[in-house]
Amino acid sequence: MSGAETKGGATDVSLVMAIRAGDEGAMATLYDRYSSIVYAVSLRVLADTGAAEDVLQEVFMQLWRNPGVFDSSRGNLGAWLAVIARNRAIDTLRKRRPETDIADVVVSVEPDMAGEAERSRAMAKVRGTLSGMPAAQRSALEMAYFEGLTHTEIAAKTGEPLGTIKTRIRAGLMALRKAFEA
Amino acid sequence: MSAHEQYADDLALLAVGALQGDERLALEKHLEGCAACRRELEQLRGDTALLALSAAGPAPPGRARERLLKAIAEEPRATKPAARRWSWTLIPWFAAAAFALLAVFFFRQSDRLSQQVAELQDQATQQQAQLERAREVVSTLTSTNALRVTLVAAQTPPQPQGKAIYVRDRSSLVFLASNMPALPPQKAYELWLIPTNGAPIPAGVFKPDAHGSATVVEPPLPAGVEAKAFAITVEPEQGSATPTMPILMSGAGE
Repeated sequence: MSGAETKGGATDVSLVMAIRAGDEGAMATLYDRYSSIVYAVSLRVLADTGAAEDVLQEVFMQLWRNPGVFDSSRGNLGAWLAVIARNRAIDTLRKRRPETDIADVVVSVEPDMAGEAERSRAMAKVRGTLSGMPAAQRSALEMAYFEGLTHTEIAAKTGEPLGTIKTRIRAGLMALRKAFEA
Repeated sequence: MSAHEQYADDLALLAVGALQGDERLALEKHLEGCAACRRELEQLRGDTALLALSAAGPAPPGRARERLLKAIAEEPRATKPAARRWSWTLIPWFAAAAFALLAVFFFRQSDRLSQQVAELQDQATQQQAQLERAREVVSTLTSTNALRVTLVAAQTPPQPQGKAIYVRDRSSLVFLASNMPALPPQKAYELWLIPTNGAPIPAGVFKPDAHGSATVVEPPLPAGVEAKAFAITVEPEQGSATPTMPILMSGAGE
């Protein structure tokens, strides 16, 4: 965590510490910072505004109830919340009990997103990388991640061999990684 | 890459949650003994986080912010993490646990509170009933002649733990569980009172919440049964009259 100061004058780490102490204002600041991405991920998966709002509420309530689960060694808070939201939304979509304990979610991702500018830059870069991918590769990646399909289901849906789907998903993730290593 | 090349594609699939069945089991087995592949999986999960960030759409409605802030204002903070190591032998703790239990009831109610006044009134009535119930719980928890039983699973981690507190002369039982594994669909855990003489007696069916916690408070029990032990099995969600083997957790009186 770079410790970048932001408009609210507080880093994510200091806000999480304030939440540990029961500071509701710190929670509001973090909500204002990351609710858009959490909601966007949930809505992308669920395509239902009411259900996406429920996931949004659940993700932030988890942070409120158990802020100790997140620490900066787990990576960037914005990315972590986005992953938690995706996992919860997929669980909702598949009507199953939560599969992943949030304590197990580790996000080793570099871009600092506490500031509005960093956030916009990181998201633009991700979207740019995705739009630069071959359509089939991007589609395989998104079907797995945002629709919660298994590689077998993707192969059945696209009529392509399993091996091809596997390779595409890996190549897609590698392309994203490379974009942020540069 | 330092991870095994033959697992590279499957690691990526696991990271996006798309690997299932035998392939997943085989990879998870390999991961247990391969630090390089575990590191690669962690890195791939970081890559999926970038994917999560690609989602774009309208900002959440203002009511979502109000709902969250209202919910956190209504929910007092949990105790500090250091307090999580429970000392089961201290009477004051039992009183604290009972109040925490009461608080949990209220939190659950609070979560569901909607804008409708009628619903609020309904919930207030329920809370009153729960308060009465919680008073009884405190009485059981603090009783000096309570039988206290710890039930633990053979395997770690995470360590499932159950605590049964039973007062024979009032047939009063309170059971608290933590770290309980998730159940298959249409299944529930069932608590059994193992009497000194005779067959196990059903002592409540329960399902853990998302955190693996569960409580059974004052299940219907025959009068005055002397308990030798308590045990837990997995049963159909409506419960069973006799336990289905295996016994997952059990414990005898301290």
